[in-house]
Amino acid sequence: MTPFDYIRPATLPEAVRAGSAPGSAYLAAGTNLLDLMKGGTLRPERIIDITRLPGLDRIDWLHDGSVRIGALVRNSDLAYDDRFARTFPAVAEALLSGASAQLRNAATVGGNLMQRTRCAYFHDPASACNRRSPGSGCDAREGENRLHAVLGWSEHCIATHPSDFCVALTALDAVAETEGEHGTREIAVDALHALPGATPEQETALAPGELIVALRIPAEAARFAPRSRYLKLRERTSYAFAIVSAVAALDVQADTIRGARIALGGVAAKPWRAREAEASLIGAAATAEAFARASELALAEARPSGDNAFKIELARRIVARALALARGGTPEIMPALPASPFSTVPGADHAA
Amino acid sequence: MQHETASPTARHHRHGSNAGQPLTRRDGLLKVTGRATYAADNHPDGTLYAVVATSSIARGRVRSLNVEAAKAHPGVVEVLTPANRPPLAHDPDEKMPPFGFRVEVLQDDTVRYVNQPIAMVIAQSLEAATEGAALLDPRYETEPARTGPSNGTRFDPQAIGVGAPARTAHGDIEAGLAVAARVTEAEYVTPSQYHNAMEPHAIVAQWDGDRVTIDMPNQALALSCASYAAYFGIPAENVVIRSPFLGGGFGSKAILNGPQILAILAARMLGHPVKLALTRAQMYGPVGHRGRTWQKLRLGTDAQGRLTALHHHALGATSSFDEFIEPAANASLPLYASPAILAEHEGLRLDIGTPGPMRAPGEASGSAALEVAMDEAAEACGMDPLDFRLANYAETEPVTGKPFSSKALRECYVEGAKRFGWSERPLAPRTMRDENGFLVGWGMGTAVFPCPHFPAEARATLRADDTALVETGGVDMGQGAWTALAQIAAEALGLDPDQVELRSGESTLPDGGIAGGSAHTASAGMALHNAGGNAIAQLAELATADPESPLFGAGNIGVVAQAGRLHRRDDEQRGETYAAILARAGRTEVVGTAKSTRDPAVASTHAMYSHGAVFAEVKIDPDLGQIRTTRLVGAFAAGRIINPRLVRSQYFGGMIWGISFALHEEAITDRRTGRFLNADLAEYHVPVNADVPALDALLIPEDDPHVNAIGVKGVGEIGITGTVGAIANAVWHATGTRVRRFPIRMEDLLAGSSAE
Ligand SMILES: Cc1cc2nc3c(=O)[nH]c(=O)nc-3n(C[C@H](O)[C@H](O)[C@H](O)COP(=O)(O)OP(=O)(O)OC[C@H]3O[C@@H](n4cnc5c(N)ncnc54)[C@H](O)[C@@H]3O)c2cc1C
Ligand code: SF4
Repeated sequence: MTPFDYIRPATLPEAVRAGSAPGSAYLAAGTNLLDLMKGGTLRPERIIDITRLPGLDRIDWLHDGSVRIGALVRNSDLAYDDRFARTFPAVAEALLSGASAQLRNAATVGGNLMQRTRCAYFHDPASACNRRSPGSGCDAREGENRLHAVLGWSEHCIATHPSDFCVALTALDAVAETEGEHGTREIAVDALHALPGATPEQETALAPGELIVALRIPAEAARFAPRSRYLKLRERTSYAFAIVSAVAALDVQADTIRGARIALGGVAAKPWRAREAEASLIGAAATAEAFARASELALAEARPSGDNAFKIELARRIVARALALARGGTPEIMPALPASPFSTVPGADHAA
Repeated sequence: MQHETASPTARHHRHGSNAGQPLTRRDGLLKVTGRATYAADNHPDGTLYAVVATSSIARGRVRSLNVEAAKAHPGVVEVLTPANRPPLAHDPDEKMPPFGFRVEVLQDDTVRYVNQPIAMVIAQSLEAATEGAALLDPRYETEPARTGPSNGTRFDPQAIGVGAPARTAHGDIEAGLAVAARVTEAEYVTPSQYHNAMEPHAIVAQWDGDRVTIDMPNQALALSCASYAAYFGIPAENVVIRSPFLGGGFGSKAILNGPQILAILAARMLGHPVKLALTRAQMYGPVGHRGRTWQKLRLGTDAQGRLTALHHHALGATSSFDEFIEPAANASLPLYASPAILAEHEGLRLDIGTPGPMRAPGEASGSAALEVAMDEAAEACGMDPLDFRLANYAETEPVTGKPFSSKALRECYVEGAKRFGWSERPLAPRTMRDENGFLVGWGMGTAVFPCPHFPAEARATLRADDTALVETGGVDMGQGAWTALAQIAAEALGLDPDQVELRSGESTLPDGGIAGGSAHTASAGMALHNAGGNAIAQLAELATADPESPLFGAGNIGVVAQAGRLHRRDDEQRGETYAAILARAGRTEVVGTAKSTRDPAVASTHAMYSHGAVFAEVKIDPDLGQIRTTRLVGAFAAGRIINPRLVRSQYFGGMIWGISFALHEEAITDRRTGRFLNADLAEYHVPVNADVPALDALLIPEDDPHVNAIGVKGVGEIGITGTVGAIANAVWHATGTRVRRFPIRMEDLLAGSSAE
């Protein structure tokens, strides 16, 4: 192993100071960072262990009805928080569709947001990868790219962001609170991850050393609680990253759609909010035709980056399906197979 | 070194004979309490840690290694490279008979596949060795990698698998196809798969003069001792291998590999015990895998749906420097009656590690193609797939005409179909939906696996205190040998299994043969059965010759050993305890020894196979193509069942592997460089619990008087065969789309469906 310094700051300012020095990496639960270090993908010189920072592991409900989630809250603690799951059910479902129970018990909210792409060429130190090593090229372009991006990619990078959680957060206008050398600020989750353009190494809007301290989901998003779903396609029934995924949330009153949220996962270097598709639904009746139109709009700009044209069609279908499921209503209880098509039907026998 | 071996931990309530009892695993408590010692758990004093540096190119040569940098790293003791690697007594570029492959042990600077060892760093800590390996910073002269049929070299192999003929013909294929009413023809592709045993290939090697003790997971103790002895120029008895437990082997721990040889070499060179454990990624290359295949099948059928010809051609990938061709086409030899059968193989040389046997080698990939082809032929004939198979039922072994030693396949079909509800199946595809609108499909396949037998030896010591010690160098890779072998020995000795201590898993014991080929229970079990019989015979001789014994003179009538007692065959009342016999003879024990081999006469007159039938239900999202195997029912006939609990578990494991093969498992490599893109358990997908909602395995009674004296066939591998085809056929039945490439993916099903 490359020798590295291990620093365990006691306070936030200390952490940010240490994290701002070049070669530093924040360590939360390490389920992503340590894998990348063991594989030789990342070789940080300084590990800043943030797990002992005080006060970052709380879920607080603010007076305006919004929720503030500390960056160190564990994925499963958040998903199983009763009030949270009732208020933002699609977020809970997205969380529970990710990784495995063991990983979710460890993984933090901040780490989930900041996890790196699963592009195998990014992971393989012997491959050319602009994201890992700027200017070296992109071996995925002509390589095995069946699962790569169909939206927002560039010649320089066709990677996707793997998080499920972020997809639901983006749809609900969640905001990340950060602390950096120059103080605190807020960044919409939708603006947190960057599209690759010519600088794929610039993965997020965070400045060096800037730490996510919390997430906020606005109270307004609770209006979707009765009708929202997260749906995820994968190569086995559980414990796999998304091939494509979608969140759909509807506010339907008197048969008319008053509000709609749609975001896609597994299609781009960031969770992909489909605002035009959302707009097309406002004021419309919640019909299959309206959903089909929205799904076309959501993927209007999509183009294959390799052997992955099928993902565009799959993404269209999953958007339409997620909308239909949202219209049907949030399940009374969390499905036994969260986000799986095999638990999309209310009343389905989840043991089957 | 402290060494724990399994011992019986609980008394079992039993009825009737020992064999046939569903006893739980003797080693279970050790395993669940973490006290079972696996190879890497051993820490002899002064242990050094080895890490292999592996190549990141598939073909070329290593131009430079920064050995100085690695050596300068604190804690690094030595760096082995082709420049300083001590000599070996056996040329690694020569095969090691009978099953050994050519191995890469730093004999030169050429690189022949990705993850080939190119150096080994030995250090005082694992961390130092790992960093030392990273500091080597290899530079290569790279040649273009040959990674597929478009750039690999095709050739006609001398032999396939572990020495089977590449071509087997029966009758005239072209004539059979010419008279056929219909010919079904298709090509099937299977990917490369890696064993991915939970326990990586680990080793702790420790020399004492010219004797070496090796802790390692090993499926073939005696054979490996002989091979290591040949590499190190020492007598075989100077090699001791201890392998009490394996965290899975599946064939990858039966054959010697380069990294482990290097670790032993380093231990000798440095005069310290050396420990090596491959990383998960390093298991993708030097320790074998299931090779890719491209299989073409042609099936001719007559108007009644009977086969007139069965032609199976398999192209199998192997390395550029050695051969292990997946004997896939041979799957078409034992199963269906046809006047003409042709199984033939071609090889394809690629820049990959040499493939090797992986659970049901050839049978699994061959059956996957054959069973789908049979389904396609049934479809072409407008017949139910089960009826079609019954119409082509082989009453004798198709190619040789030999009678089967036993074959309860018909019962498997009947019972399996009944349990599954097969008779309700509509013939046409895409006609079934469940209450939630998912497409439902039912498919089936036939399972078959041969019954080989490996020579084995055992010793049984029967003691005056009504206990026995039985010994054979067998191997438990999780299949339950610790338990099943003890049951067989107890039965032979007329004792309760709790009275029998089994010693196994060490090469110093009598040769227990190979744990492979689904033959271990039969082979080591027969040796124990014979050794027990030998001990009882000695005891009977003492008793029947002793005028004071109630058994005096019973020699001709014969005696029976039961519950620690010998009694006359014709009168259960007349007998006495083992203790009494030994006491009067002034003995404390008798020691029985035996070997087991298969009688060549029986082998030449009978065909021996385990059989089964697997029925699968899949559900598929009609728009999204997400597939799930919702139900699997297998019915298997494999001779006498020693322990139904363990056997069912083997069938389950095989069937789950079938799900894996059909829907999940595939090593993905870059087609330009040959590098692996999913060499970890996050991205190399095997089924999780959610993929296996319902499994059922029926044990169909079968009495085999020929296969061996204990009537035991093999159960370890058969579960994969049949299952893969059953699932693929169910996918067709659900969707109407025939997918001929494994694993089946959701995009394969997209074209055929549309959003609703
Ligand atoms: C086998 C496997 C399967 C998985 N499957 C899924 C899946 O299906 N869906 C899914 O969404 N995810 C999946 N994951 C990813 C998993 O969700 C992440 O690994 C986890 O959320 C990361 O959290 P962590 O606390 O362990 O982060 P760490 O590994 O500690 O950190 C991850 C990254 O985030 C940075 N970081 C951590 N906290 C902060 C912070 N507060 N501010 C700024 N930067 C920070 C770290 O520096 C690092 O770069 C899987 C992971 C594995 C190993
Ligand atoms: S797609 Fe992006 S992450 Fe993957 S190799 Fe190319 S540049 Fe690197």
